[in-house]
Amino acid sequence: MKPAPFRYVRARSVDDAVAALARDPEAKLLAGGQSLIAMMNVRAVKPETLVDINALSALDYIKVKDGGIAIGAMTRHETVKSSPLVAEHCPLLAEAYHWIAHRAVRNRGTYGGNLCHADPASENPAVALVTGATMVLKSAKGERTVAADDFFKGVYQTAARHDELLIEVRIPSRPKGQGWGFMEVSPRKGDFAMTAVVCTLELAGATVKTARVAYAGIADRAMRFAPVEAALTGKPANEATFAAAGAAARKAINPSSDFHADEAMRRDLAETLTRRVLAAAKARCT
Amino acid sequence: MSNEKITITVNGKRYDKEVEPRRLLSDFIRDDLRLTGTHVGCEHGVCGSCTVLMNGKSVRSCLTFAVMADGAEIMTIEGLGTAENMHPLQKGFWEKHGLQCGFCTPGMLMTAVELLKEKPRPSVDEIREALSGNLCRCTGYQTIVESIQRGAEIMQGGK
Ligand SMILES: Cc1cc2nc3c(=O)[nH]c(=O)nc-3n(C[C@H](O)[C@H](O)[C@H](O)COP(=O)(O)OP(=O)(O)OC[C@H]3O[C@@H](n4cnc5c(N)ncnc54)[C@H](O)[C@@H]3O)c2cc1C
Ligand code: FES
Ligand code: FES
Repeated sequence: MKPAPFRYVRARSVDDAVAALARDPEAKLLAGGQSLIAMMNVRAVKPETLVDINALSALDYIKVKDGGIAIGAMTRHETVKSSPLVAEHCPLLAEAYHWIAHRAVRNRGTYGGNLCHADPASENPAVALVTGATMVLKSAKGERTVAADDFFKGVYQTAARHDELLIEVRIPSRPKGQGWGFMEVSPRKGDFAMTAVVCTLELAGATVKTARVAYAGIADRAMRFAPVEAALTGKPANEATFAAAGAAARKAINPSSDFHADEAMRRDLAETLTRRVLAAAKARCT
Repeated sequence: MSNEKITITVNGKRYDKEVEPRRLLSDFIRDDLRLTGTHVGCEHGVCGSCTVLMNGKSVRSCLTFAVMADGAEIMTIEGLGTAENMHPLQKGFWEKHGLQCGFCTPGMLMTAVELLKEKPRPSVDEIREALSGNLCRCTGYQTIVESIQRGAEIMQGGK
């Protein structure tokens, strides 16, 4: 249970970090280490070079920007969890954080590292999908942005290229009147989700105007499903509609079994949590 | 794979050492400094027994490389109290039977130190939430919760 040897590079600035990545195709970024070091300890990964970005305090911030909030990639989980700005502009993210990891892990783990790790059962990618978050990536060649919908590609896979550093995540502020919901079932609170369902919901009178529903723990990555959202858009915002969306979720997902939950249980969870999370969101459409 | 020079203060004492980059903070503390009060259970972040304070905040020392703690102040269980002069939390654990085998206890105590710093009078729910990342295979947690409540009481000046 010890990591394989590696070369250690301490980046002093963002430019330093991207230069190190450009130089060495075998280099891997080390943020909070709360996923990476665990995987190195069991030798699931053996990076040749680690570029430690913990000194990049310039990427540790939460600020209001262009109708939303911008979170620096090196912001620790615990900072996001306790941020009044996050609670005000993105209450769904604040809610999700009640379910993310344990205190000691949150003291070190970073918001950016969490998204880049892209664990299929991780909550933050699902939240990023329904809130319409945008990732800002930087390499020695320049900057680009990627929408959350295009960012998560598979188990531990994202659209970030090897030479790119995630520097910022932008999340639009909750529009007035938009409801939101988060529900999760996990073996122990703070562990990865067996299934988590998150949503945002906007009404026009008694009708669903827009709904976004995303799932964690049921596929190789956080996902939205067109049939679920189609079962909602333009329909009356009531229990029957929410139940129909739940039924659509049961059909749309294609979960696998593991020792925490088998496929049938995940389908049950997806259906039930979809229904409940939408009802919770409706109650918050004020 | 050259070694790195690091300076770490542990329990108020400064250490200048050279370490391999892959040296875990847990192994640095236990093997290099011979402070074996910090326990290592799972070595991949699940059990919490290796919890120490780094610059006042709880961290899993098995998920931290010693090089990442360069310049930091670490507090381990050895810095909390002694058999003759126990910390109020240690007294609480003693009085309320908060341990059986004692393997998880250093991690439980360091976690509780952080909790009481922020919430001097935590509710039972707050205690359980704070302990969510620490596993104990002996006690069933009930006496640990009571021990922390008792520790809080002693810290508040209770007898
Ligand atoms: C006991 C335990 C419970 C946990 N529970 C949960 C949970 O419930 N939900 C959850 O979501 N997570 C959970 N985690 C994981 C935790 O959230 C990690 O902090 C997170 O997944 C990784 O963030 P990090 O900063 O530690 O990144 P690291 O572990 O340092 O890195 C993770 C990966 O991302 C890459 N990376 C890091 N930063 C960047 C960047 N800025 N740009 C590009 N690539 C980057 C790294 O190269 C690496 O591949 C848990 C972990 C533990 C140990
Ligand atoms: S030994 Fe570090 S968490 Fe288990
Ligand atoms: S007292 Fe034995 S593991 Fe907790």
